[in-house]
Amino acid sequence: MAAGGSATAGGPTTSARPDHAALEVRDLRVRYRSIDDHGPDVLAVDGIDLTMDRGEVLSLVGESGSGKSATLLALAGLLPANASVSGSVRLQGHDILALPERARARVRGRGIGMVFQDPGGSLTPVLTVGSLIDEVLLVHRGLQGAAARAETEALLARCGVGDPARRAQAYPHQLSGGLRQRVAIAAALAAGPEVILADEPTTALDATVQAQVLDLLVGLVADEGVALVLVTHDLAVAAAVADRIAVMYAGRIAEERPAGELMERPGHPYTVALRAAALPFRPRDRDGEGIQERLPELRGRMAAAGGTGCSFAPRCPLATDHCRLVAPPLEPFEGGLVACWRAGELAEWPGVESPEVEPEVPLAAIEPQAVGWPGQGA
Amino acid sequence: MLPPTLSFILRRLLHGIPVVLIVAVGVFVILEAAPGDAVDAYLAQLGGGDASLAADLREQWGLDRSELGRFIAYLTSIVTLDLGRSVAVGGSVVEAILTRLPATLLLMGASIAFSASLGVLLGGIAALRRGGMTDGVLTLGALILNAIPGFWLGLILIVVFVVWLGWFPHAGFGSINGPRDPIGRSLDIAWHLVLPVTTLGLTYMALYLRLMRGAMIETRASTWVRAARARGLPETRIVRRHMARPALLPVVTMLGLQAGTMLGGSVVIETVFAIPGLGSLAYLAVSQRDLPLIAGVVLAGTVLVIIVNILVDLSYARIDPRMTDERLRTGVG
Repeated sequence: MAAGGSATAGGPTTSARPDHAALEVRDLRVRYRSIDDHGPDVLAVDGIDLTMDRGEVLSLVGESGSGKSATLLALAGLLPANASVSGSVRLQGHDILALPERARARVRGRGIGMVFQDPGGSLTPVLTVGSLIDEVLLVHRGLQGAAARAETEALLARCGVGDPARRAQAYPHQLSGGLRQRVAIAAALAAGPEVILADEPTTALDATVQAQVLDLLVGLVADEGVALVLVTHDLAVAAAVADRIAVMYAGRIAEERPAGELMERPGHPYTVALRAAALPFRPRDRDGEGIQERLPELRGRMAAAGGTGCSFAPRCPLATDHCRLVAPPLEPFEGGLVACWRAGELAEWPGVESPEVEPEVPLAAIEPQAVGWPGQGA
Repeated sequence: MLPPTLSFILRRLLHGIPVVLIVAVGVFVILEAAPGDAVDAYLAQLGGGDASLAADLREQWGLDRSELGRFIAYLTSIVTLDLGRSVAVGGSVVEAILTRLPATLLLMGASIAFSASLGVLLGGIAALRRGGMTDGVLTLGALILNAIPGFWLGLILIVVFVVWLGWFPHAGFGSINGPRDPIGRSLDIAWHLVLPVTTLGLTYMALYLRLMRGAMIETRASTWVRAARARGLPETRIVRRHMARPALLPVVTMLGLQAGTMLGGSVVIETVFAIPGLGSLAYLAVSQRDLPLIAGVVLAGTVLVIIVNILVDLSYARIDPRMTDERLRTGVG
């Protein structure tokens, strides 16, 4: 979707080089200085590697504090002033982490688009949604007036907003949550980015609307060939839309594997725990009863990143003294990578075999009324 | 069916009628409660007079009737929009107000514009430099200006810029033998207005500065600003459209509320700078105990404040679209 055209000399995103991955992250570290300079620094992301091709969906999964949002903000260059980043982030082969702020701003939008969790909050309340998108078209593609508005309406229509000419005149508060998120996606898409970063894009939405918005994102990946990084705490959502899933824990990647294989045969005890917590996701059973049984609970709190030994060891039922002393490296495991000394033994652990899991349910096949991600067990 | 904006204006004007009547009654009651009347004030100015002169004057000015009789005459004059004759200026009250109104409107309009735009600009800068030196100096400076009495600031400005530097005329609304052509006359008036507008504007700027600063610190931390950054917009555009514009709403609200306060402030400033406006007319009326003139000035001020508030409410619609829907429909303002 119209990435080129308004190419600026030296712009890192304008020359698409097919021999490079869309996004290549090496040894990314994000450290937050405490704001008052007295407390200890917090290592939010502790050296992660990611590679993404165009047309691919990668999901970053983990609980709060696992570093998934910090990773996303680092990729977008939107970290607060008290954060420092190291490592490299290559977009089409160009390192964008080293760019000065002005050039970096050009990459945002044009190279990397971002969709936020709160669709109401991410749209400026005093501007019509059309003018928000017009603005992106003006800044990045030099489109003005009628040409910009025509493109805005086309983008809105592409993102499933019906009657785009009228909706473009609306203010954010006049639209439903689902429509707002569609508008936010259209705005993120307007400059023609190669990569879209989505931070919990459906968490704030109704279950029915969730499915539709995920459907839209997956459709954009297929049609426009963008690479999508989807951050979610919900493994079920990740399993439904992602090609690959990277499970993050305490600032590191615990397991990164193709979605189907990861859901079917997790290689990391933390993935097993996450999957168990994700299974019964359904707002109401069909007979109107709420969920009666308690979700399996993962006891304890996440350890701080950067300690010795495996950071999951304190909560892990399989942990040995070796785990507590030496951190496991990310090593090849059944089509992907897993950081666990006992990955090979997981199959014998009770609860790992979970026959209810049906990964990769096509979204279109999910009935709106019965939205419940895999494991619904109709 | 009237268009919604027009019916909103009409409804708000109707709401204003009881307000005007209540103010009118209040003015009468307060003046009745105070000892002495216009004749006392007049005689005090003359240096005294005998009882028969006082009685003659009271009969002439309609002050010999009972309280109820005077109250009814007073209300009648207001309802018929006649407002009676003023002893102090020796003519029709309506005429006196209408000749003085332009100067006050100009002074107030220019002061509000100056004070709000400077406050918005400096408040925005303070918000962007939050916690730094600039922020501290601006916030403290505005507060000090706010605490300084307007007449004192006015006198200081006169001493510095008129007496020492001789840059500006010290009083009045225009030179007596100034230019007659429209452009020359406008420039002459503007020249005379610089100091009074600066005085009035600086005194009231602190409020706008603090409101803008607070609102913009909030919008600066909003998700939509982060989203605008994520879209790669230039920083100046983000500050202008995504931070400052949404932050303007409380400032506009305050514009309406401030109109009344500023009218009060302009009484002092017009007197200090000898500007022939509504404020100095009010000063004259009060010192002469001239009921019809006091009532006329106060009611003119009331109507002015009502109109300004209607204008403010209408401008909400342009600034915050969320307001349009309910506000215009229900007329709650």
